[in-house]
Amino acid sequence: MAVAGIAGPLRRIAAGRRRLPTGITTAAALVAAALLLPLAFLCWQAAQVGWGELQHLLARRLTLDLLWNTVRLAVVVTVASALIGTGAAWATERTTLPGRRVWAVLLVLPVAIPDFVIAWGWVSIRPSLSGLPGAALVLTLGLYPLVYLPVAASFRRADPAQEEVARSLGRGPFETFIRVTLRQARLAIAGGCLLVALYLLAEYGAFAILRYQTFTTEIFSEFEQGFNAPAAAALSLVVAVLGMVVLASEGVATRAGRQGTVQARSRAVSRARLGRAAAPVTAAMAVLVGLAVGVPVATIVYWMGSGQRSTLPAASTLAGAAWHTALYSAAAAALATLAAVPVAILAVRHRGRMAIAFERAGLLVEALPGLVIALALVFFTVHYAPVLYQSAPLLVMAYAVMFFPLAFVAVRASLARVPPALEEVGRSLGRRPVSVVVRVVVPLVLPGLLAAFFLVFLTAATELPATLVLVPTGVQTLATQFWAYTGQFSYAAAAPFAAAMLALAVVPTVLLGRWFDRLPTGALSR
Amino acid sequence: MTSVAVSGLCKAFGSQVVLRGLDLEVADGSLTAVLGPSGSGKTTLLRILAGFEHAEEGTVALGGTVVAGGRTHVPPERRHIGYVPQDGALFPHLSAADNVAFGLGRTERRGRRVEDLLGLVGLAGQGRRFPHELSGGQQQRVAVARALATRPGLVLLDEPFSSLDAAMRAEVREDVARVLRETGSTALLVTHDQDEALSLADEVAVLREGLVAQRGTPEALYSSPLDPAMARFVGDANLLPGDRRGAEVETALGRLPVQHGGALPEGGRAVVLVRPEQLALDLGAGKGIRATVVESQYFGHDMVVTLEAEGGAGRLRARLSSAAPLAVGTEVGVQVTGPVAAWPAGDSGAAPSA
Repeated sequence: MAVAGIAGPLRRIAAGRRRLPTGITTAAALVAAALLLPLAFLCWQAAQVGWGELQHLLARRLTLDLLWNTVRLAVVVTVASALIGTGAAWATERTTLPGRRVWAVLLVLPVAIPDFVIAWGWVSIRPSLSGLPGAALVLTLGLYPLVYLPVAASFRRADPAQEEVARSLGRGPFETFIRVTLRQARLAIAGGCLLVALYLLAEYGAFAILRYQTFTTEIFSEFEQGFNAPAAAALSLVVAVLGMVVLASEGVATRAGRQGTVQARSRAVSRARLGRAAAPVTAAMAVLVGLAVGVPVATIVYWMGSGQRSTLPAASTLAGAAWHTALYSAAAAALATLAAVPVAILAVRHRGRMAIAFERAGLLVEALPGLVIALALVFFTVHYAPVLYQSAPLLVMAYAVMFFPLAFVAVRASLARVPPALEEVGRSLGRRPVSVVVRVVVPLVLPGLLAAFFLVFLTAATELPATLVLVPTGVQTLATQFWAYTGQFSYAAAAPFAAAMLALAVVPTVLLGRWFDRLPTGALSR
Repeated sequence: MTSVAVSGLCKAFGSQVVLRGLDLEVADGSLTAVLGPSGSGKTTLLRILAGFEHAEEGTVALGGTVVAGGRTHVPPERRHIGYVPQDGALFPHLSAADNVAFGLGRTERRGRRVEDLLGLVGLAGQGRRFPHELSGGQQQRVAVARALATRPGLVLLDEPFSSLDAAMRAEVREDVARVLRETGSTALLVTHDQDEALSLADEVAVLREGLVAQRGTPEALYSSPLDPAMARFVGDANLLPGDRRGAEVETALGRLPVQHGGALPEGGRAVVLVRPEQLALDLGAGKGIRATVVESQYFGHDMVVTLEAEGGAGRLRARLSSAAPLAVGTEVGVQVTGPVAAWPAGDSGAAPSA
């Protein structure tokens, strides 16, 4: 009774005294609001079209065809990516595969190659490739690293004691792998699969090249053919809903898998001896890397070699495109990283209802394809801020919004590794909060901030659909110039631009891979 | 003069009440240990003193100045305290010397102060090493030097030795206590380890359910605990039933003198505390109550023997400065030396079971 008597008033006081840093909260609120703008514009646009008209637009046979195309491709690519990604992760992390360190780097590379470049590479050697088989092949080759990366990390950090216990209890190596190792990795597999599905929904360039009709290609052609705004809005709404369904199921999968905590690994995991199987496993890795990396790279090299001097673009065109690509991407990367800081500080240090709401707003962006975000911004600027339409600031802002989740996840992970005790000690030694942030927090999270910057930079540098829609008039980026040349089948002219994109993306990818490897398990999960 | 004066401190996290009106005073230049089981609120108390947490009620005064209470909340950086957290929390991006220098001004940083402090904690010449190149004990030494660098009015130590292994723990904590005494620091050490509290502190405050249940010198706490539960918490205890007879109690081990049993009614039932080292064993089996050894734990420097005594005393634990291990089954005579503590039977935790 006495306890309850005291607890009542105390709880009230406690609730009143929980204080949030005003500056950081305000900044995070502004960021969250900015991130929700595209979704708000989309809803507004849909509201202007009207419910009856929306129903009419969506009740067409076309919608059903697009839905069927999208869903069946999503199923095929997700399942194939799960199998290939998990299998490759097992080969490099849990077997004595010769040269496994080199394979581990090569297997990740496709994630740095834009899917439209992989598609172009394949179409240029097999022009008949199209439809579901072509789209499934190219997208699987481009997206399996999204499964490979988290699963390899999970395998690497698995607690070997669990497997040893299973073996001591009479389970064979195969059964142990299925019942213990794979179960430990199921969260990583599920997370990777859902990421594959989200990327698939947002893809445009590869589908356009492979003549596979999905929501994004249809939205884009509605936009191109005289900007049929109501139809584009209606279809965008459907993609947004699909994206949110995927995002929500990811949340469910993550929660369901959170029963066990992963222990800090004390010993290296054991590796299966491949023996005579080494040759076929090596061959499988070689085929995979050859199809995903070799084909586009060989295509680029072939066309650059065979090009007549006259068909090759002027060096100034290439330099100009590279400069604008780097400029916009760097500006967007800086903006997204900066915006991620206050939201991440709230999420890590002052985790409450408000912090979680801001965090969700940021991650909700993932459900919207870049094309949808870009068109929402176009709709808004054309009607209400024509000065901004097709201006560099709008493109940078679009990139920053689209890739905010990447920056946020990296910043949050590095911030979570700074124990609060360090900040407390700093303050007890007479340093003001700002001074503690500058002298303690910033040096410790700097690698995370750089990772966030490069992650956004390399993703923005190879972005296509939003860039096509928003690029300032008269300016070309590497992606748009490549797109323009391939559209005219000037493959020799296009090849240098693809090469430049790869050069820009591959180096940061390798560096980032090393940084993410050092993060503790689960640091990047949502 | 008191360095720390805490009164009526209340703190709850949600519906969980941690401190309920706690009072505590720490004398200038003393080392006070706050001893309590986990969940007793000792870390919360320390964090409120440091300014990391806000108390709902009550006041905290450091060196005569109120730093928390009512509307006052002096931020941690203006309280002039030294803080040594559980795992040291050295800044991983700074060398040992830079860690120590963190709170110092520009001029002091360049002087001999840092090297002197490192020498004080036994790490002379090691200033260029980084935290990951230091052992756990060395990290704790650097953390103590860092906390002392600014000559704080109060040093707060939050279970600073709990993450060290047993062999290193004894050495580091003796050194830290020595350094605190040599520098004349006022220190508050939070711990759940009775040995640590009794052996290091000038004064021990035992926390129970958000209040200071008892406070005193280590000797007073050990020889006259507040109640039987406290007796067991601060050390090994044999608790026997007895009857009050004047200045003595009648127990199965004979008539024993009571220290200061004023609260006991004449002839009333009592619970009597006999510490294991108060039992003297006579191998000649002539004197005292007859007992048989049922278990013997040999530690080298001493040993603990469990006895089955005749005449209703039941099982007893005795601590002996060991000559040779006693074999199970050995017959001995048991006698009690020195006065004992006693409480009226029926007090909390009184059931004699040891």
